Amino acid sequence: MKRFIGFIKKEFYHIFRDKRSLFILFGMPIAQIMLFGFAITNEINNVDIAILDKSKDATTLEIINKISSSKYFSVEQLINNESEIEPVFKKGKVKAVLIFEKDFSKKLVKENNATLQIITDATDPNTANTISNYTNSILQKYQQEINKNIKIPYQIIPKSRMVFNPELKSVFMFVPGVMTIILMLVSAMMTSISITREKELGTMEILLVSPLKPFQVIIGKVVPYIFLSIINAIVIVLLSIFVFKMPVQGSLFLLAFESILFIITSLSLGILISTLSSTQQTAMMISLMGLMLPTILLSGFIFPVSSMPIPLQIISNIIPAKWFIIILKGIMLKGVGISFIWKETSFLLLMTMIFIAISVKKYKIRLE
Amino acid sequence: MKQESIIQVENLTKKFNDFTAVNAISFNVKRGEIFGFLGANGAGKTTAMKMLIGISTPTSGNAQVAGYNVFKNPENIKKSIGYMSQKFALYDDLTVKENITFFGGIYGLSRKQIEVKRRLLVEELGLQDIANELVSSLPLGWKQKIAFSVALLHDPKIIFLDEPTGGVDPITRRQFWEMIYKTANNGTTVFVTTHYMDEAEYCDRVSIMVDGKIEALDTPKNLQKQFNSENMNDVFLKLARG
Amino acid sequence: MKTIGYIIQKEFKQIFRNKGMLPIIFIMPILQLVILSNAATFEIRNIKFSYVDHDNTSFSRALIDKFKASSYFNVVTDFPSEKIASSEMLKGNVDVILEIPHYFERDLSKDKKTDLSVIINAIDGAAAGVENVYINQIVRSFNKNAIANLMQPSDKNYNVKTIDSIPSFWYNETLNYKTYMVPGILVLLVTMITLFLSGMNIVREKEIGTIEQMNVTPIKKHQFIIGKLFPFWIIGFGLLTIGLILAKVIFNVPMIGNLALIYFFTAIYLLVVLGMGFFISNFTDTQQQAMFISWFFIVIFILMSGLFTPIESMPQWAQHLTDFNPIKYYVEVMRMVMLKGASFKDILPQFSIILTYAIVMNGLAVWSYKKIA
Repeated sequence: MKRFIGFIKKEFYHIFRDKRSLFILFGMPIAQIMLFGFAITNEINNVDIAILDKSKDATTLEIINKISSSKYFSVEQLINNESEIEPVFKKGKVKAVLIFEKDFSKKLVKENNATLQIITDATDPNTANTISNYTNSILQKYQQEINKNIKIPYQIIPKSRMVFNPELKSVFMFVPGVMTIILMLVSAMMTSISITREKELGTMEILLVSPLKPFQVIIGKVVPYIFLSIINAIVIVLLSIFVFKMPVQGSLFLLAFESILFIITSLSLGILISTLSSTQQTAMMISLMGLMLPTILLSGFIFPVSSMPIPLQIISNIIPAKWFIIILKGIMLKGVGISFIWKETSFLLLMTMIFIAISVKKYKIRLE
Repeated sequence: MKQESIIQVENLTKKFNDFTAVNAISFNVKRGEIFGFLGANGAGKTTAMKMLIGISTPTSGNAQVAGYNVFKNPENIKKSIGYMSQKFALYDDLTVKENITFFGGIYGLSRKQIEVKRRLLVEELGLQDIANELVSSLPLGWKQKIAFSVALLHDPKIIFLDEPTGGVDPITRRQFWEMIYKTANNGTTVFVTTHYMDEAEYCDRVSIMVDGKIEALDTPKNLQKQFNSENMNDVFLKLARG
Repeated sequence: MKTIGYIIQKEFKQIFRNKGMLPIIFIMPILQLVILSNAATFEIRNIKFSYVDHDNTSFSRALIDKFKASSYFNVVTDFPSEKIASSEMLKGNVDVILEIPHYFERDLSKDKKTDLSVIINAIDGAAAGVENVYINQIVRSFNKNAIANLMQPSDKNYNVKTIDSIPSFWYNETLNYKTYMVPGILVLLVTMITLFLSGMNIVREKEIGTIEQMNVTPIKKHQFIIGKLFPFWIIGFGLLTIGLILAKVIFNVPMIGNLALIYFFTAIYLLVVLGMGFFISNFTDTQQQAMFISWFFIVIFILMSGLFTPIESMPQWAQHLTDFNPIKYYVEVMRMVMLKGASFKDILPQFSIILTYAIVMNGLAVWSYKKIA
């Protein structure tokens, strides 16, 4: 046992003496959380649009006023005819052009109907769709206003209640994701590098010849990183709560437990990667290139899993990040207890055990 | 005198913050000499050598190598010298032939010259069977011998060897030193560091560094007389202890 | 010049002999491009929809049918009470609950108005907003039909003024998200590979000790740098080409503009990335450090590139930060050229910025590389 502790101490020394790596290990997650918490958002703000007003009457001016005073839009320029649309889109700043037809007011009074064209630059389909939707809702409101003296019968009025995130803050959606990604990538990368470095330098052999059992070597390598990652996790959660006002509706204890579980899952993934790589370079490339994009894209961090094609939804199930994000959102935003997330928790446990089992097997093979 | 100095060192010093690794050493190396640069680990040998081969700037003092000043013309020094380091000499993931081609090329040899030299090298060392093998598959002794020859491809005036025979069996060591003799006979100066004291006896002159200073500089015979010792090993022990 | 040739030859040999790395350099990015591009979409689909129907008339069922018919929603099941439904929402089994009140049909005909209660899981605020819009659309359309059926002559004749909006989506009529994402993901992959490889490659030589051998030779600084980086420059192009072919063949991404323009821009862009990798390697001693630092920057660059979330939505200070993000410019240019057919004049601003960036970055890298300690 004493040997084992001695070994763990050595691992700690390695880490703490590499000041640069240490700086990155702690500084990076903090910098990234701060950055992303503030900068990453889906909300549309001040989108540049252009207006082609063929009527230039009181009604169109009123509508244009409502649009430009909305926080979503910023009327960048007024154009005079259709031929100017293409060049304006090509420049890339303006994302939509609104075209009011001729005699807008007159038509509205006489024929009870007027038309507004919403032409969007759909190279970013999401923004285009959102612009359409927001413009429509501004139009809806305006229509309600001009019709307010007319009682329209037979109205079904849906009253929507937004739960877990009533202000629709995108931060709530992204912070769990950023937390997950940072924890996963740092843990997996660190362990995989640490182990392959010993292999490359040849010091692994020395460890194997020592009285330490193989599993002690592996656990010993991993323990310091568990501590580091826990510290990271705590810092990230604290930042989320105090800087981004993320609630923690559920139990902090459960949050801690699940976080530690996820850290161990990521670390065991790192170990698995290290058994597959003979050089540090390979280990790092697999951890980073192999894990980064799939984790960002398939975990539900930014893109909803339910919207993906079925085969990808199936693949997303083997990404540990996906389960942890669900757990995080559940505990922090929904306030659920273990009974509601036991499924996800079991998945993480299962994955951890599989990773470790495969690693041990591969390790033993190499020894023989 | 017989030969001029091809290396002249005057009060060469290298400091790292408070620590003085090389403390105002002065010596000369004559052309065609086999000069042994000895010292315990950490005595400052490697640091001193790095200054002479132009990859470390001295803190103070001066040195001329192959006619060029280490401060003003380090790049010209590099054209005239060859170097074999203890950590590495050849690229493991290239074949013997490819290593020769590469090093010949970057020292400015024409393709024809490289071909000629390569053929000579392969013949001399008997490498016909392994010329197309990756260097990583060769035993250490072969690697060292080939590395030595590669360092000489461009006919440098001086060749610097940093512990070239570390970890090599005695027979290969002897063969290696035969190669060194041959090279010196051809007029190339050999500057070699080692801590195998028996190898010190093969050198024309030897200097011994202790804690950054040169504590002894003479032929092996004279040093043994001076320190009343039977062999260089003894000389070294007496110096290091004192 | 010849010296550079020898260095390049050696580098290529070493790269292609590294059997472990080859699949990582080529196969992994390609696989990711093909598979992951399918994942990237903000389209709302298959929303887990549930309902509580207290009315249970053919009228209420007709409303539910409209939701069943919609491709946005996946009607999971109905629940006897809102409490149970909400519990299911906590578990994550449903994301929308529609509660139809008692006497839905009756109240509508009698009082001429009635409410519907909708509960939406708003953790993904943007999605929730869109879901709300869709729900409102469906209800309104159902409402229109109901009005037409329920209208009595006794009801006052009214003139409702309506403004119709006609949306028109240019460059991407089908709102195909892949058209938008594939070029972007390709950019990410090419950038990652070039940055990681170039940074690690040089540091590895430091770690092993071969760099010392280089420093002792008369190789000049610039020869060494060009020789080391050139192979990765070529590999970057190779990846780009394979990626573009796949984008066309598998995803049918339009390529309206001049591809030569893309290659030209890529040539300069890769210099920025390579310069960055080199610069980082000059300040690190181990591959681990180099990797960490590269990773730090790459994650920031990726998430703030405008690829996943629009730059215009970021706060001002963040938008200014993105001015230093080379990926942002590359993504812009890719989209402008491929999807809008932009000309060189149109991309001149991005081009000049990247050119300046390349000069500064590589200048820094060369300056900070010391052959002599």
